[in-house]
Amino acid sequence: MSEQVTVKEAVEVKVEKKEALFSKKNKRLLADPMDDSNPITVQVLGVCSALAITVQVEQAIVMSLSVIAVLAIGNVLVSLLRHAIPARIRIIVQLVIVATLVILVDQILQAFAYDVSKKLSVFVGLIITNCIIMGRLEAFAMANKPWQALLDGLGNGAAYGMILVVVAVFREFFGSGKLFGVQLVPDAFYEAGYMNNNMMILPPMALIVVGLIIWFQRGRNTKLIEDH
Amino acid sequence: MKFDKDGNGFTFGFATVMVVVVATVLSVASISLQPFQQKNKTAEKMQNILKTIGVEVSRDEATKIFGDYVKERIILDYSANASTPKTGAIDPLDKEDAFNINMKKQYKSKKWEKRAYPVYICEKDGKQYRVIPMVGKGLWGPIWGFVALEADNNTIFGASFDHKTETPGLGAEINTADFQDQFPGKKLFDATGKFISIKVMKGGAPEGFEHGVDAITGGTITSNGVTDMLKKTLKVYQPYLEK
Amino acid sequence: MQDLVNIFVKSIFIDNMIFAYFLGMCSYLAVSKTVKTGVGLGFAVIFVLGVTVPVNYILDKYVLQEGALTWVSADFASIDLSFLGFIMFIAIIAAIVQLVEMIVEKFSPALYGALGIFLPLIAVNCSILGGALFMQERQYAGLAEATSFGLGSGVGWFLAIVAISAIREKIRYSNVPAPLRGLGITFIITGLMGMAFMSFMGIEL
Repeated sequence: MSEQVTVKEAVEVKVEKKEALFSKKNKRLLADPMDDSNPITVQVLGVCSALAITVQVEQAIVMSLSVIAVLAIGNVLVSLLRHAIPARIRIIVQLVIVATLVILVDQILQAFAYDVSKKLSVFVGLIITNCIIMGRLEAFAMANKPWQALLDGLGNGAAYGMILVVVAVFREFFGSGKLFGVQLVPDAFYEAGYMNNNMMILPPMALIVVGLIIWFQRGRNTKLIEDH
Repeated sequence: MKFDKDGNGFTFGFATVMVVVVATVLSVASISLQPFQQKNKTAEKMQNILKTIGVEVSRDEATKIFGDYVKERIILDYSANASTPKTGAIDPLDKEDAFNINMKKQYKSKKWEKRAYPVYICEKDGKQYRVIPMVGKGLWGPIWGFVALEADNNTIFGASFDHKTETPGLGAEINTADFQDQFPGKKLFDATGKFISIKVMKGGAPEGFEHGVDAITGGTITSNGVTDMLKKTLKVYQPYLEK
Repeated sequence: MQDLVNIFVKSIFIDNMIFAYFLGMCSYLAVSKTVKTGVGLGFAVIFVLGVTVPVNYILDKYVLQEGALTWVSADFASIDLSFLGFIMFIAIIAAIVQLVEMIVEKFSPALYGALGIFLPLIAVNCSILGGALFMQERQYAGLAEATSFGLGSGVGWFLAIVAISAIREKIRYSNVPAPLRGLGITFIITGLMGMAFMSFMGIEL
């Protein structure tokens, strides 16, 4: 245990030497998740929700915004508390912090912004169990200072949202011929025999779309290719 | 750090403090926000009831004009015996008032025989409608709805459904106009007066079929939930509707 | 008894956590490189689901639901703690996982060696919380049914991860396009397996 602590402290000392708010290293915290360490396609975090809510673009955006907010705030809180949280119960503590945040926000919205909360209610559970949040809290916030944690939260949240929206665009367009609920495929197409691909709406296609995105991404960024 | 943060004492202390803090924060939030949440929920319920008889208004509006359309509120028991109708303003504390029955709670905690079954008698443009509330279960959580029947107690005039946590884009579609607009004109009883209910049919209802609507693609469990909810609830109302 | 078997079989094949609801994908994708690790995580999930679902059932029935606290005092009949549902389920799951970890470490170091690294992963496995929520929603009529559901879902998950890891071991000898290797092809195979499992959906038990 003591070894771990010293390693952790050594990392922190190194970080402390960097000072500027947007030093090169800090910028990387924001930019890396977009490609090299994308939470969904490289770290494999938060896949469940990526499948559940990518049927429509609008829902995907609502979910992304919620995740960005929760991840950034959760990261900062855990980072502030990182010296106090006992190692053995850290997972419970992290889960409780996230769950409390989400429930609290949901309760407040239910009272004062009922329409927003109705949109969000579905996502409350999904946000709490989203492993992207736990993953970042455990892997980053527990070992880094609040400012870095905030940037990491924003970067990963945004990168996660990016994939979600791309998948949703595919699924909504091919699955129901619409984007943002507006019909894009002209009626003439349907009359000529065009059919929406109902398969797109079902969850297995979400997996396949993500698989194709990975293919595309790794085709461009060859250093991500795995041996097997 | 001078203290041993991984010691048992500190771990338990930390856990205790955390539990107390979290519980306090959540309870305070829940209790202090309840009146506001309740107000929203009541207004929404009124809005949904009005929607089934073709009155589409905002939530604020709904609370104001609710009494103009909903004339009587009745509670039935499991054998369809009606209580004395309530009229006029709703007293939120009156447990005998059909409007105050929490359908979701009694669905969870009471057996079918012990539940109260509300009916709202509404009037619009000189015609009478009966609105029946119902609750059932979807994939992830409760689903609920209201069905308005025309004066023949058979033909559906309008329906509205909603859900708590169904999958967006799939099961969640039950609260869209696309789904709900299929209901008007459908019939609960066949020509011989036999109770059939309305089925949400996977693969689509046949053209002109009076007892079925199209299901939601990819929302099979929610669709089955709606079928189940309609059938089980309306069955209880059958003796009342036949009177 | 027949009900219990029905629920068990149903939650393995028809309501499969991975292929029907796509829950617990993160660890499923990350830990399915070899059959050996797949089996290890699979057993851990069966165990944890089999324990947490009944415990959460008791919690829901005797603490959280409205009127659930009447066994303490009749005055508590109107207390409704269901808004605490999520956080309680999650806390119970995390606590049980941690407890299991400590017990296994103490009494069976060999088992700990095999399962140990997977246990922390399980607390964040959505299929576990999903299990608790499904249990609450489907209103199982007793502890036995809830347990049968928990174990069945676990076995279904086990089946899925063993199947995919066996496929992944074999696919190593195939000529997969380089950018698709590893994660990409796993996503696509899982999608195809999901479609295959959809054929179970029509079965009524």
